Amino acid sequence: MIRRTLLASAAAGLTLGLAAPAMAQDDPTKACFVYVGPIGDGGWTYQHHEGAMAVKEEFGDKVEIAYQESVPEGADAERVITQMALSGCDIIFTTSFGFMDATNNVAAKFPDIKFEHATGYKRDHPNVSTYDARFYEGRAVLGHIAGKMTKTNKIGYIGSFPIPENIQGINSYYLHAKKANPDVELVVTWAYTWFDPAKEADAARAMIDQGVDVIAAHTDSTAPLGEAAKEGGKVIGFGQASDMAAFKTNDDGTPGPRVASIIDNWAPYYIDRVGAVMDGTWEQQASWGGMPEGEVVIGEITEAVPADVKAEAEELIAKMTSGEYHPFTGPINKQDGSAWLAEGEVADDGTLAGMDFYVEGITGEIPN
Amino acid sequence: MIRLEKRPQPSRIWTTITPLLAVLLTMLFGGIMFGLIGTPPLETIRTIFWDPLFHPQFAGFSRPQLLVKAGPLILIAIGLSIGFRAGIWNIGAEGQYIIGAICGAAAGLALYPMDSALILPLMILCGALGGWAWAMIPALLKVRFGTNEILVSLMLVYVAENILASVSSGLLRNPEGMGFPGSRNLSQWSSSQNLELVPNTGMHLGVVAAFIAVIAAYVLLTRHIEGFNIRLSGAAPRAARFAGVSPARTILFCLGLAGALAGAAGLFEVTGPAGQISIDFGSGYGFTAIIVAFLGRLHPVGILLAGLLMALTYIGGELAQLMLNVPAASIQLFQGMLLFFLLGVDVLTNYRVRIARREVA
Repeated sequence: MIRRTLLASAAAGLTLGLAAPAMAQDDPTKACFVYVGPIGDGGWTYQHHEGAMAVKEEFGDKVEIAYQESVPEGADAERVITQMALSGCDIIFTTSFGFMDATNNVAAKFPDIKFEHATGYKRDHPNVSTYDARFYEGRAVLGHIAGKMTKTNKIGYIGSFPIPENIQGINSYYLHAKKANPDVELVVTWAYTWFDPAKEADAARAMIDQGVDVIAAHTDSTAPLGEAAKEGGKVIGFGQASDMAAFKTNDDGTPGPRVASIIDNWAPYYIDRVGAVMDGTWEQQASWGGMPEGEVVIGEITEAVPADVKAEAEELIAKMTSGEYHPFTGPINKQDGSAWLAEGEVADDGTLAGMDFYVEGITGEIPN
Repeated sequence: MIRLEKRPQPSRIWTTITPLLAVLLTMLFGGIMFGLIGTPPLETIRTIFWDPLFHPQFAGFSRPQLLVKAGPLILIAIGLSIGFRAGIWNIGAEGQYIIGAICGAAAGLALYPMDSALILPLMILCGALGGWAWAMIPALLKVRFGTNEILVSLMLVYVAENILASVSSGLLRNPEGMGFPGSRNLSQWSSSQNLELVPNTGMHLGVVAAFIAVIAAYVLLTRHIEGFNIRLSGAAPRAARFAGVSPARTILFCLGLAGALAGAAGLFEVTGPAGQISIDFGSGYGFTAIIVAFLGRLHPVGILLAGLLMALTYIGGELAQLMLNVPAASIQLFQGMLLFFLLGVDVLTNYRVRIARREVA
């Protein structure tokens, strides 16, 4: 008899144990974010954090947000992600390329937690998705403005690292500048960093000294705009990753260097994915959204840009948003003169994702 | 009137007490800082110092991680401390760490995908040699031309970082990595992986090497003539020269040893916790180890404890960020305070505080 009672209570205990997860559904869903920079960087990480805040706004008390900033890409990342998983996160967004292996390693140990890795390509486990944005669509618009606005016919691009994402951006920027102004010449400088205001400022300064008067950056800080601002209106640039609206006007009230910006808007994606976890409809995917999904947005084009150029830029945005135009539409040759895309042909995603060549007309080599 | 009176000898008691005092002061002022930015001070301090060791949910994971984080810090700091004892200021351990990792990883990757138990030992050897060679640059320049090793070793860190960026996106790039920078994952290749020797203890080869280094350094400094020569060179360079200790030899030995240990630390890291050579591989261990060396009073056992304490503030700091949303910058500030107070209270080791009325002459 006693044994039976014991068994019965053990069974009761088991049911309770099984019931616990069901009850846990009343708890808020916990969405966690791993950032590579400080949330106050004004660029990349700031925009991811804005996306996280949008999730909070959308779901209110039904969601709990936790994040960790300035996580180094290396040995520390795996520990940080594991600690997040242990702390009860339901979905973890790791928002930098360098977290790729760490994300997959942790995902193997926590099959019930969903992982979303930004800008990577490894999805080793069914609970890992990847997501990225088609920044090159935004670069096309900036390139058009740059080609029209340059007076020295020299435009610049500060690259972070020679990875496909940067090369897509450089090619798209150059192709559209060239279309707007056949005499344009592109100077590329590699900063080998995503966020280092001092290095970025040095790169911008070196370009300005070479006669470059329009600067686009693929690095995250506002330093290149700060350097351009010192030139008394002769040099212009663009907000990168975030709007960088502070550079629209200088402190003395004169027009500032920022004439437009390319904004990463992660909010729609984050709301969608956290929502999917709540409904239980989350599935592995590789997402690559752009202007149509609202993930790549061009910030306000200022008065410094002539009305006709602004109208052309807006038309370009409208065509890409509707899907009518792809920035990589042939004929386009590779740098060495060999044919890449024939007349009317559109680049496929596979080639773009692994892009390791410049298009015809760009001087210099991709460093190795 | 408070007066500082120089002690004839640095106080032994204070040498031991001051690190503890510094930790307490850091807790106090850190607590005030956390209070000012609106996070609960006691809870934050508890999260940093207590939770990594005893939190029911995290401790099982974070306790072994303390060793993983402290291992490279201790290994590098031991090497640095021996040089510092001799008055040789190697500030460039970060560069030696990076170059060691690159050389070791390159040696392994050259043999990929061969399957052999000899590959990891070969990589460790090449890692140590790489770090040693990188440290020989400031050493030989100092011996031959009398250059300042502080500046040369520090500048070489930036050279090493650029070499790292170059090989990650070129020479050592993973051919199957779709053009992205970063080498193959060495911790996923059975011949090169440096895994935990016993599961869930954090004890990988690098941690074992760190413990061995602590013991070896202790023996060297207290029981060996070379250790005596090193201490003599630092305390009284002229006396050392009269005693027949060659300054050139001491310089080459100290910088070479520190370089080799830093290089080995880099290799253990790249084959274990970090897993691959990537642009962001250098995570500041070489600089943090300088703090660890001084926090540990340049004494091997002190360094062991200091390394663990530093690891605790890192891991506890991460938990505080995660659970209490403490900003990352405040954690760095907190660690900075620790060094500041440590150097500050050093005054008590070398000076006596006298509270006395000034006598009228």
